Amino acid sequence: MVVCIYVFLILLAFSALYPFWNTLVVSLNEGTDTAKGGITFWPRMFTFANYEIVFQDDKILNAFYISFSRTIIGTISATFLTALLAYGMSKSYLMGRGYYSFYFIFTMYFGGGLIPTFLLIKSLGLMNSFLVYIIPGLISVWNMIVFRTFFKSLPVGLEESAQIDGCSNWGIFFKMALPLSMPVIATLGLFTAIAHWNDWFAPSIYVSNQDLLPIQTILRKVLNSNVLTDAIGNDSIASEKMASKALTSKSLISAMIMIVSLPIIAVYPFLQRFFMKGVMVGSLKE
Amino acid sequence: MSQATTKVKYTATPPENSPRKKTFFNRLMKQMDVQLMVWPGILLIFVFAYIPMYGVLTAFMDYNLFTGSRIFDNPWVGFKHFEAFLTAPDIATVMRNTLMISLLKLLIGFPAPIILALMLNEVRHMVFKRVVQTITYLPYFMSWVIVGGMVMALLSTENGSVNMLLEGVGAIDEPVNFLSLKEYFWGILVSTTVWKEIGFGSIIYLAAIAGVDPHLYEAADIDGASKFKQIYLITIPTIMPVIIIFMILAMGNLLSAGFEDILILAQNPILRPVSDVIDTYVYRVGLQNGKFSYGVAVGLFRAVISVLLLTAANYLARRSGNGLW
Repeated sequence: MVVCIYVFLILLAFSALYPFWNTLVVSLNEGTDTAKGGITFWPRMFTFANYEIVFQDDKILNAFYISFSRTIIGTISATFLTALLAYGMSKSYLMGRGYYSFYFIFTMYFGGGLIPTFLLIKSLGLMNSFLVYIIPGLISVWNMIVFRTFFKSLPVGLEESAQIDGCSNWGIFFKMALPLSMPVIATLGLFTAIAHWNDWFAPSIYVSNQDLLPIQTILRKVLNSNVLTDAIGNDSIASEKMASKALTSKSLISAMIMIVSLPIIAVYPFLQRFFMKGVMVGSLKE
Repeated sequence: MSQATTKVKYTATPPENSPRKKTFFNRLMKQMDVQLMVWPGILLIFVFAYIPMYGVLTAFMDYNLFTGSRIFDNPWVGFKHFEAFLTAPDIATVMRNTLMISLLKLLIGFPAPIILALMLNEVRHMVFKRVVQTITYLPYFMSWVIVGGMVMALLSTENGSVNMLLEGVGAIDEPVNFLSLKEYFWGILVSTTVWKEIGFGSIIYLAAIAGVDPHLYEAADIDGASKFKQIYLITIPTIMPVIIIFMILAMGNLLSAGFEDILILAQNPILRPVSDVIDTYVYRVGLQNGKFSYGVAVGLFRAVISVLLLTAANYLARRSGNGLW
């Protein structure tokens, strides 16, 4: 039986890894050659040309810039505000705490849905604005609960001694609660960052300005049309190059998929150390 | 801001001869710093969670985008849009797809991480366990765009590994365009979702399993219980509360068969008869075709039934002592 388990787990791990590996291999293979088929584990005609073409495209570079800035600004602001809220909510003497709790948790079970949210964003004038990526996601109730659980577990004596030394609640929050909760901040921050990085749907409905679209939305358009030039326009040198090469864009798309997943693969090992604990705090307690 | 102003009203009209109010106000002032930490969150949730709930009223109106900035300028029409949905020719297809996809995901996707966790728990080789876990978590962190891109590449007729493999073993004679054939869509959708989420889903069960008292296993060993028996009689009963909590949550999601995954994988309009579920229907008809009120009505219908299902599941679970609330 143990052997069966090992075999099954190896097969499962292989199935999880192979799509990434194959995408990498195709991205490193010459485009016209890929079209002939047969590329599985190793590139047949090794080349970095696909990456060069993708990196030469101004629109794609701009989309990366949007994605990175959105991820950084969105993650810092949301993690800070959510932690601040959670710190306040962790105080047992907070007046209205019970009502506030219900007020927040209710939104986890019921919401207005896609269209009312769309109409709200529209009437707030957030359409076609970078802020639409940041502001609606500033507070995450789920993360608030995780933070609150953590803050509650901090020793009371620590806080009392700080108060005796004349520290206000804001001082305690900045000087003690935040530094002590670095593991939680890292976990939730990375989850938030990944959510920001991966979001393609909100931009696709709220933003029509091509220069504001993040890389995931651009990639989605590319996959949708299956031709890179359709999605990124004809005005850049890179797309001329592609057209002149008259190659199927399969290898190019693979290169793009690899570049888009790379940031996550890069932060993932750091994330993994923390997230088991983070997930536990959030779901098992309260 | 709205919260701040309501509180400020107290200063404008100080309650006289009311010691209770006075201490209330004094207490509030004393803890103003903590209150100020909480109010921005309250305000943001009010705007981005509660205002859309109020926007749900447009389901009972004929919403017009041009008068829309003031919601009550739109005429009330009662349950017109609900009736329209429930008598629409599409509803049978949409409901069938929603329930079938959802049930398939539940049937396969719910036990899969539990089984994986039970298997991982049997692995004594720690490095191997670590590696398998790390690899199986990875897809969870990828966007549906990337997963969709990889699935399309794997299934493609041109250099698609799945077609190559099937051709290699002689199962098919020429490449099959899987993503444009109706009969394969549910299978592709469900297996991709399970593939993406199985590893991450197993974390919580692994943690629950870690909490099982090892003495129980020792005692069972002495009594001569087989590994299977130990899993069946010790591990599963111990992690049952966790399983039930996730079951309740899954119940509440029975009408959310998926959204991003379907939008990404079902790009071929030929697939619509098997891929259209409530959420994609709301998106397509309500938002893309601009039938806002109709879309909101369908969305509200879904939300209300989901809350009812969640409540019912929780009621049942509470009777066995494992409720969510």
